[in-house]
Amino acid sequence: MPDRKRIAGDLGLAALVVVAMSVAHGVYSNELLLFNFVMFLTLSQGLNLIYGFTGYLPFGYVGFFGAGAYGFALAVMHLHSPPLLALAIAGLAALVLAVILAPLLRLSGAYFAIASLAAAQALYEVIANPDLQDLTKGPYGVSLSGVFAPRLSYFVAVAIMAVTFALVVWLRNSRFGLSLQAIREDPVSAAMAGVSVVRGRMVAWLLSSVIAGLSGGVFAWHISVFYPDTVFDVTFSIFATVFTLFGGATTLTGPLLGVFFLYGVYNAIGITVPQYFQLIYGALIMGLVLFLPNGLVSLLTRRGFRVP
Amino acid sequence: MLVGALFAGLVFGLYFTLVGLGLNLVFGVMRIVNLAHGDFLMLGGFAAYGLFSAFGLPPLASALIVLVVFTLLGLPIYYLVVPRLLAARDSEMLSIILFFGMSQMIEAITTIAFGATERSLPGRLLGVGPVILLGQRLPSSWVYSAVVSAVAVVGVYLYLYRTRLGTLTRAVMVSRDEALATGIDVHRVSAIAFGIGIALAGIAGVFAPFMLGSVTPAIGAGINIAAFAVIVVGTLGNPLGTVLGGIIYGVSLMLMQTYLSSWANILPNLLLIAVLLIRPEGLLGRQVRRA
Repeated sequence: MPDRKRIAGDLGLAALVVVAMSVAHGVYSNELLLFNFVMFLTLSQGLNLIYGFTGYLPFGYVGFFGAGAYGFALAVMHLHSPPLLALAIAGLAALVLAVILAPLLRLSGAYFAIASLAAAQALYEVIANPDLQDLTKGPYGVSLSGVFAPRLSYFVAVAIMAVTFALVVWLRNSRFGLSLQAIREDPVSAAMAGVSVVRGRMVAWLLSSVIAGLSGGVFAWHISVFYPDTVFDVTFSIFATVFTLFGGATTLTGPLLGVFFLYGVYNAIGITVPQYFQLIYGALIMGLVLFLPNGLVSLLTRRGFRVP
Repeated sequence: MLVGALFAGLVFGLYFTLVGLGLNLVFGVMRIVNLAHGDFLMLGGFAAYGLFSAFGLPPLASALIVLVVFTLLGLPIYYLVVPRLLAARDSEMLSIILFFGMSQMIEAITTIAFGATERSLPGRLLGVGPVILLGQRLPSSWVYSAVVSAVAVVGVYLYLYRTRLGTLTRAVMVSRDEALATGIDVHRVSAIAFGIGIALAGIAGVFAPFMLGSVTPAIGAGINIAAFAVIVVGTLGNPLGTVLGGIIYGVSLMLMQTYLSSWANILPNLLLIAVLLIRPEGLLGRQVRRA
C-alpha cells in the first residue's frame, strides 16, 4: 500500500509550508500574525486528525488548548520550570484531560460534539473560578514575563506544526490511518474485519488533544500575558473547524487552504469588523454543508485527482 | 432557605422547560439538532425589546406577535435547508454544523443591525412587587414567565394530542419512513413543527430579559448548552419529557446558586455530560436513540 510517490508529495507539501513559515519570520516583521498562522495551521491539522480520520467533531477542542496554556502557566508560576519542561507539562495536561474525557467517545457524532463543548466550558468555569485564585489567579489572568522569548517560542511552535503535519502524512499513508477511515465509514464492518475500533479512536483522540495542548502551551509562552477568556475562547474551536471544513478534512491540503485563505481574509477585514467576518463564515459553513460537504478539495478529488 | 431555593427552582424550571421545548420538538420530528435555537431565542428577546421601545407593547402582546411571526419565519427556513440536509447520509451530525453556521449568521446580523450592547426591560412590565406563594417571596416577573411557560407546554400538548396535524406529527416522530409510506405529507408536517419550535424559542426569548437579566446578540451559545442539558435530561425526542428536564435543571441551578454560588455556572455543563454518559436515553427512558 505505501506508495513512495504519494508519500513524497505529502511530505513535500508539508515541508514547503514548514520552510515557508520559518523563512517568513526573517522577512516579515509582524511576528504575532505569523505566530497566529502557525498556531491555526497546527490546530486545524490537529482537529483534522480526529475529525478527518474518525468523524468525531470536538466542538470543545479549545478545552485542550486552554488546558495546555494553563498547564504551561502553572508549571512556570508554581514549579518555576524552564519553558521547554513547562511545554511538556502542557502536553501532559491535555493528555490527562483527554483520558478523563475519553468516555465521551462512546457518544455518537452530534452528542459527542456538544458534550465536548460542555466539557471545555466546565474546565473554563473551574480555571476562571475566583475560589481558585491562589492556584490559577482565577479570572484575573496570568503573567509569565519571566520566560518571555518570542523568537524561540515561534520556532518551537513551527516545530510542533511540523510534527503535526508529519502525523497527518503518516495517517494518510499508513495501515493505521486507513483502518481509522474504515471505522469512520462503518464501525461495525470495520470491527468485523478485525480492526480494533476503540483503540483506533483512542489513539487519534489522544494525539489530537496533545497537539492542542502543546499548541496552547506555546501560545501561553509566546504571548506570556493572558486571561482564561483568551485561551478558552470557543473561537479557537470554531476557526479550526471552519478552516478544516472549508478546505476539506482527511487531506493535508484542505486545512492548509482553509487557514491561508480564510485566516488571511480574517486578518484583512475581520479584526476591524469581526461581525462581517462572522457573517461570511456562517454563510460559508451553511453553503459547504449543503453543497460541498467534503470541502474545496473535493472539487478535485471527485474528478479522480489525488490531492496531498 | 432550602424551601425558598426549591420553590424558585420550580419556577425557573418551568421557564427552562420553555427554553428547551422547541429544540426538543424539532429534534423529535426531524432528528436534527437546531444549534441556532439559542439565537432564535435571542431574536425573541430583541423583538420584545424593540416592540416595547417603539410601541410600548407589553411582553404578553409581544409574545403573541412573536408566536405568529416566528412560526411563519420557520417555514421558509425549513424548506431552504432541512429537506436537503435530511437527504444526506449523516444528517444528525451535519445538522449540528449547518445550524451552527446559521447561528453565527444570526448573531452577526443582529450585531450589525443593533450593536452588541445589553438590552433589558423594566421588571415592572410584568407586575410590581414580589408575589407571595406559600410564604415564599418571588419576583412577579418570574411567576409571570413560569405561567406563560406552563401555558405553552399545555398548548404543545393539545397540539400534539388533540389535533389532526398533531397526530400526523407524532406519526412522523415515531417513524419518518412509515409516515411517508402511509401518504402523510412529511415535509409539511415537519415544516410546521419547525416553525413552532422556533416560535417557542422566540417566546422564551421575550421573557429572557426578565429571567436572564438582559439579552445581547451573543447569548445564543450559552442558551444552547442549557437547552440541550434540559432536553437531554428529560429524554431527547419526547417534548413533554422536557418538563421533567426543565424542573430538574431549574431546581439544581437554584440549589447551586444558594449554597455554592460561584460554581453555579458549571452546572448545565456537568449535568449534560453526566446524563449523556450515564443514561443517554434520558430519565424517561424510552429507547429513542443510540447515543
